[in-house]
Amino acid sequence: MTGIRLGLSSRLIQLTTVLALLFLWYLATTNRWVNPVILPRLDLVWRDLVALVGTGAVYQHLAVTAFELAVAFAIAAVLGLAVGFWVGTSRYASLAFEPLIAGIYAVPLIIFLPLFILFFGLGVQSKIAFGASYAFFPIALNTIGGISQVDQRYLTLARSMKASQWLIFRRVLLPGALPVIVTGLRVGCITGFLSIIGGEMLAGLQGLGSQISRLSEAMNSSQMFAYIVFVIALALVLNFVLSAIENRFKPVGEVA
Amino acid sequence: MLMNPTVRKAPALADVVISVKNVSHAYAQGAVKTLNDVSLDIGRGEMVCLIGPSGCGKSTLLNIIGGLVAPSTGEVLVDGKAINGPSPKSIGFVFQENTLFPWSTIVENVVTALEFQGVPKAERLGRAQAALDNVGLADFRNSYPHQLSGGMKQRASLARALALETDVILMDEPFAALDEQTRTYLGEELSYLLADTKKTIVMVTHSLGEAVFLSDRVVVMTARPAAIKSIIEVDYPHPRDPDFMMSPHFSELRNEIYALLRDEIRQTVGGLVGRAAGRDRSKGDRPVRVVE
Repeated sequence: MTGIRLGLSSRLIQLTTVLALLFLWYLATTNRWVNPVILPRLDLVWRDLVALVGTGAVYQHLAVTAFELAVAFAIAAVLGLAVGFWVGTSRYASLAFEPLIAGIYAVPLIIFLPLFILFFGLGVQSKIAFGASYAFFPIALNTIGGISQVDQRYLTLARSMKASQWLIFRRVLLPGALPVIVTGLRVGCITGFLSIIGGEMLAGLQGLGSQISRLSEAMNSSQMFAYIVFVIALALVLNFVLSAIENRFKPVGEVA
Repeated sequence: MLMNPTVRKAPALADVVISVKNVSHAYAQGAVKTLNDVSLDIGRGEMVCLIGPSGCGKSTLLNIIGGLVAPSTGEVLVDGKAINGPSPKSIGFVFQENTLFPWSTIVENVVTALEFQGVPKAERLGRAQAALDNVGLADFRNSYPHQLSGGMKQRASLARALALETDVILMDEPFAALDEQTRTYLGEELSYLLADTKKTIVMVTHSLGEAVFLSDRVVVMTARPAAIKSIIEVDYPHPRDPDFMMSPHFSELRNEIYALLRDEIRQTVGGLVGRAAGRDRSKGDRPVRVVE
């Protein structure tokens, strides 16, 4: 009962906060407290957003970004899981490579974006490579972490029954590590999305991010904000879907 | 005080199943000795408990018998064959709590164990269900471990070991995580279950009562490095019941084991006190019967 009431009241506060911010925006623009070129009127943003979705102008850019994300995520997932399992199951590899992978993850890879552009050009390839390198690290690190936190007693038990390496992997390591691995996949997908949008904004010809920076340069702020709102909505939906998938893999007995 | 217990003509040593021969164990390049020249024969159908101060090395001895740990010197023979690693065809394990996979149902856990052991797929489910029926968990086969009580989980672990149909079952403090009432009840149940089977059981425990209640022989071990201090016979037929637990004979045996352990525990708990030089650990104060 109190749990439900707490949940409801926190939802109410969230909603009120967002509405209050939007109202502040509305006041600031209609009363011309800020330059409308910097912050456009809300109703104009809404009008442009409706036009963008209605005419379908946004979809060609959405398709480019979605394609980049899908390919980047697939590459990162395959490589991240492979490296994660290899490093996670070998003591020497984990001693050597885990600190290395964690170290590189701490580096803001965006500083290498010019290199990605030089190697792969301004098109989708550079965004795919960039997004894949960002998504790789959380996937690999969570896979390593997931394997290392599998209870040693389960491994001893499997060993006492002389389980083959394959069965130890299939029946113990994989199911034991799965919840953490799925978290890594979610985080990888989100960081991949963020980095692809960022890459497009800094150096891109197509995609949602490139539209935002192009419209910003053209000082068409109401359309730019329409794109921003679209990207925010997309990020929220992506996060919601991925979290729902992740929850299905939570350890048995821990699902709230 | 206590007379030497009558030596039961146990089916025991007529037919030796497990033979531990001069086993010693040390780790950290021999710096830490855990087992000191242990020799022990265990007969077919015998129930033997290893008891000793905590951390003395009794679990190490169990793991050496099961092939999970290699001895530094000496060897273990099971059915006359030297143990060089896990032998799931002849030896099953029951560990402490929480070795059931939480992501699988109870029956899946048993099926997976059979898969590990190499049992053909067609036989697994039937054998798993039979084993669960045997321990009274038929209605819980599709439950997850977290839905069961601690006692039920340990019964499921026992069912998993029984399903492997090995002659030998090694148990490492299987009831240690349970409360005393549950553990006493499970002990009774175990005695009941094992009366029928011809399983040879070696169990590590730190409960004096449990050791006496379940064992045909109690192997009392010294503080680390563990050696056999004494072996106490418990001559009472299985299945054992609460009457046995309340008998004077039970108390005498329990007290006798405690008297043997007291010095060893003092060494473990009290640090340097009583660690006299040159003490011969291989001879107990009151050896009842040491099997060579």
